[in-house]
Amino acid sequence: MCFDAKRLLKLTLNPVLILMAWLSAGAHAASDKINEVNMSPGVTAVGRDIFDLHMIIFWICVIIGIIVFGVMFYSIYYHRKSRGVTPATFHESTKVEIAWTVVPFFILIGMAVPATQTLVSIYDTDDAEMDIVVTGYQWKWKYEYLSETGENVSFFSNLRTPQSEIYNSEQKGEHYLLEVDEPVVIPVDTKVRFLVTANDVIHAWWVPELAVKKDAIPGFINETWTLATEEGIYRGQCAELCGKDHGFMPVVVNVVSKEEYADWFATKQAEAAEIKELMAQNFSLDELMERGKGVYERSCLACHGANGEGGVGTPIAGSPVATGELKGHLEIGINGVPGTAMQAFGGQLNDVDMAAVITYQRNAFGNNMGDLVQPIDVFNHKKG
Amino acid sequence: MGDHHHGPAKGLSRWLFTTNHKDIGTMYLWFSFAMFILGGSFAMIIRAELFQPGMQLVDPAFFNQMTTLHGLVMVFGAIMPSFVGLANWMIPMMIGAPDMALPRMNNWSFWILPPTFLLLASTLFMEGGAPAFGWTFYAPLSTTYAPPSVTFFIFSVHVLGISSIMGSINIIATVMNMRAPGMTYMKMPLFVWTWLITAFLLVAVMPVLAGAVTMMLMDIHFGMSFFSAAGGGDPVLFQHIFWFFGHPEVYIIILPAFGVVSQIIPTFSRKPLFGYDSMVYATASIAFLSFIVWAHHMYTVGMPIAGELFFMYATMLIAVPTGVKVFNWISTMWRGALTFETPMMFSLGFLVLFTIGGFTGLMLSIAPADFQYHDSYFVVAHFHYVMVAGAVFSMTAAVYYWLPKWCGRMYNETMGQTHFWISFIGFNLTFFPQHFVGLAGMPRRIPDYALQFADFNMLSSIGAFIYGLSQILFLYNVIATIVAGKPTSEEKTWDGAEGLEWTVATPAPYHTFETPPAVR
Amino acid sequence: MMTLSNNPAIDTALKLVGVAVAMFAFVFVVMVPLYDVLCDALGINGKTSGQAYTAVQSGVDESREVTVQFMATNNDGMPWQFEPSVTMMRVNPGASNDTVFLAANPLAKPMVAQAIPSVSPSRAAQYFHKTECFCFNHQPLDGRSSTEMPLQFIVDRELPADIKTITLSYTIFDVTEFAANTVAAR
Repeated sequence: MCFDAKRLLKLTLNPVLILMAWLSAGAHAASDKINEVNMSPGVTAVGRDIFDLHMIIFWICVIIGIIVFGVMFYSIYYHRKSRGVTPATFHESTKVEIAWTVVPFFILIGMAVPATQTLVSIYDTDDAEMDIVVTGYQWKWKYEYLSETGENVSFFSNLRTPQSEIYNSEQKGEHYLLEVDEPVVIPVDTKVRFLVTANDVIHAWWVPELAVKKDAIPGFINETWTLATEEGIYRGQCAELCGKDHGFMPVVVNVVSKEEYADWFATKQAEAAEIKELMAQNFSLDELMERGKGVYERSCLACHGANGEGGVGTPIAGSPVATGELKGHLEIGINGVPGTAMQAFGGQLNDVDMAAVITYQRNAFGNNMGDLVQPIDVFNHKKG
Repeated sequence: MGDHHHGPAKGLSRWLFTTNHKDIGTMYLWFSFAMFILGGSFAMIIRAELFQPGMQLVDPAFFNQMTTLHGLVMVFGAIMPSFVGLANWMIPMMIGAPDMALPRMNNWSFWILPPTFLLLASTLFMEGGAPAFGWTFYAPLSTTYAPPSVTFFIFSVHVLGISSIMGSINIIATVMNMRAPGMTYMKMPLFVWTWLITAFLLVAVMPVLAGAVTMMLMDIHFGMSFFSAAGGGDPVLFQHIFWFFGHPEVYIIILPAFGVVSQIIPTFSRKPLFGYDSMVYATASIAFLSFIVWAHHMYTVGMPIAGELFFMYATMLIAVPTGVKVFNWISTMWRGALTFETPMMFSLGFLVLFTIGGFTGLMLSIAPADFQYHDSYFVVAHFHYVMVAGAVFSMTAAVYYWLPKWCGRMYNETMGQTHFWISFIGFNLTFFPQHFVGLAGMPRRIPDYALQFADFNMLSSIGAFIYGLSQILFLYNVIATIVAGKPTSEEKTWDGAEGLEWTVATPAPYHTFETPPAVR
Repeated sequence: MMTLSNNPAIDTALKLVGVAVAMFAFVFVVMVPLYDVLCDALGINGKTSGQAYTAVQSGVDESREVTVQFMATNNDGMPWQFEPSVTMMRVNPGASNDTVFLAANPLAKPMVAQAIPSVSPSRAAQYFHKTECFCFNHQPLDGRSSTEMPLQFIVDRELPADIKTITLSYTIFDVTEFAANTVAAR
């Protein structure tokens, strides 16, 4: 019944060797993130602190592990019955037992000190140079830049990966599932405070390289901050299960130079002003259709299908709403259908985009209603 | 279960109305194995979908139902009932009692389980699908945004809680009142000790879980707002209540596993357990600490820094008693005369892998680092090292260890060793790479992932299929033993085994210790 | 110790049932109220008091200014337009300040809203006193109409010196159905 110990040792070691081979293979590929095996220190001081903390604890665990498992395997090899040993009978030793209660305690204190320091710096949200409100929605993020002067800039950030890639009919792109239509842009070397909240369920805003993860809780705000020291594009995801498309609401943060940021912000403010202007204009059917197609793909397609065939949402092709009275269609688009997954898009889309997408829905997918909606119609509907 | 000399009724009514602790234990064990297979097949669906990037087999909503049911079925259907079954079989035999203290309640506590899980599984076929909010069911995803089947889920959790509480009360009543003369508390086998402490934990926290789901019910159906900010409630309150239950719950799962390993390692080391007293105190300290660390599951939720620090320090402290246990087991082996039969192999597997799970647990306890680990696959890897390599490996060890005593037949050792190595390799192949993808930034509970995680996920899926298949070998080995294993009538199956259970005939007769044994 | 039954096992069991029932009650009568108390005391989730502040501050601290930012968020399914009239104010601790939030109901039907305040940083919550706030009550609004909702607040003189910016966020919820079914919660 006894098992050959030499074979045992060999068999036990094999997986370890394989593992080490894997680890070293991973280290080579680490530069391009494929098969990355470790945490990224990222581009913030806090991130580097966390990374150091992580590595210190990791090596402490490795050392303890080598000692503990070393003793164990020594015992497995030398104290096996097949070597003809007679078992000892000791079963306690107060000294040893006190030692291995007290020593770990001091090791823990050694870990707690740097951990506490890092935690204090994570909690220090004072003196931020700018504030961004991050709001989690099922299943996208909204960013609003609080501006000291003039208009706040706000926009939604949706997954850009097309359904065709997700459902494998097209080759997957380099940033599959980690790409958005509009990234959040922040300046480098600037302390940015994020005020995190949610519109519906709990989400969590996570960008590993910025060392930021914070739960977004409906009704309450949480705060966190980052200070990126390197320009670049940093990608993350929602980290808290938030329903069906939890895996499809990435975060992309574009860290740019301060000048670039100022330009970008000015452009966004100008865009907001332009939208205001556009709202007073009239568009042709073609213009609206073109704009509406883009809006549809960003905001409607996930639920209503690429050809308006429906899915989570009802079909739009031939639907009584899209081929019915315009007023009812506007009502649903702007105010949603309470108690269903159909959200109120009135607050998410500007009036130009809303007009365009409704026009698109009424004329695409064989609906061919021929009527067109102007921004002013949306504005009037909202006003009542 | 072999041939019994007297007692059992014939046919189905034997099992329906039995009050015999061995019959009930057997039913618990088979039921939990069935649930293990069910929960395992959900895991196979999850791993099959994650085999490569892109959505292939299921849609995201169904994927969420799978992760939710996998967790619920494994925790409440497989692991917990399996240890209750083991307690039923072994505790009376270990303390020299003729049966459990409250045999009729014992019967009820088992028989309310199968219909409950049938109900829970049936939610898969309901409109809106099964619960899809994760086994931690955070509000408001599990209240305002839940599918209609949530009401059945709440009912199931209530019944499961009642079953667990009844089972625990029975165990406490048995241990406190039915010990043979001379069996003092500090002479009880460690398995009995760990279960006694576990049972107290269960009686204390299952009602808390019941409270949490009752509040959900009130929010959903009776216009209350415990967890909705709109009516003055708070979704974070749910998490506090849940984890006030949830953290003791993970020790409820692991403490009996500690007990099993503390029985097996001395047997195959042919040497008494090292540090019996400190084992008992360590178990009690772990149980106590489990009540003051719950919020380490919520570091990113936005707590005041003082709270964050308190929970971090308290959580780190758990490493001390847990370390004591590991050191004690290794000292038990030290200068013993070791052999490596299947139960010992699974216990050694437990020892190595549980320790790794403990290390990652220590890493997770560090609040600032947890801001990166939290809700990533690193956490998934961590708790599977503790739950699977901890609880499930030790349960498997227990089955191999006591199976000859239960049915008077010896299992096939080669098949047992094969089972161990396939499990061990499959397990590590599944969960070790999950540390890597977690650290590299892959969130948990996602049905599809970015391309840089593809290789490790494929490896993980292959490992999961291997581990899954190895359980079929286990099932075959157990059935083959019961039906046609080599008969054995030695009272002591293992030469190094100590304890009252090894003084009764093999196979264990239907009634044991009708007159209490004398304990030295 | 008291015995509940002559059978010691049943006695133990009954006591344990008592423990279980007590733990169930503990959730409702201890954990929930205790959480609310701790939230108010520690500002968990940036919660502020649901009642009007009535104490008197000992004068205005002219020596420093604190920036107060205002934020408005609509919860899911809430179609109102809801925004602060000013996004930012600079205030002296101890002084009373007034502002309004603008709300408009775009639907044809009358609705009832509840605004939930949350202050960031959360440790500032206990120093942010509202003497008058639309968040104390349900806010009914007729269909297709708009209103100005008043807020009057004082930043406590005891506010820690390192806090220079306080963000006050309101999330507005549609409680029309809830209000029809129950008496106002607060």
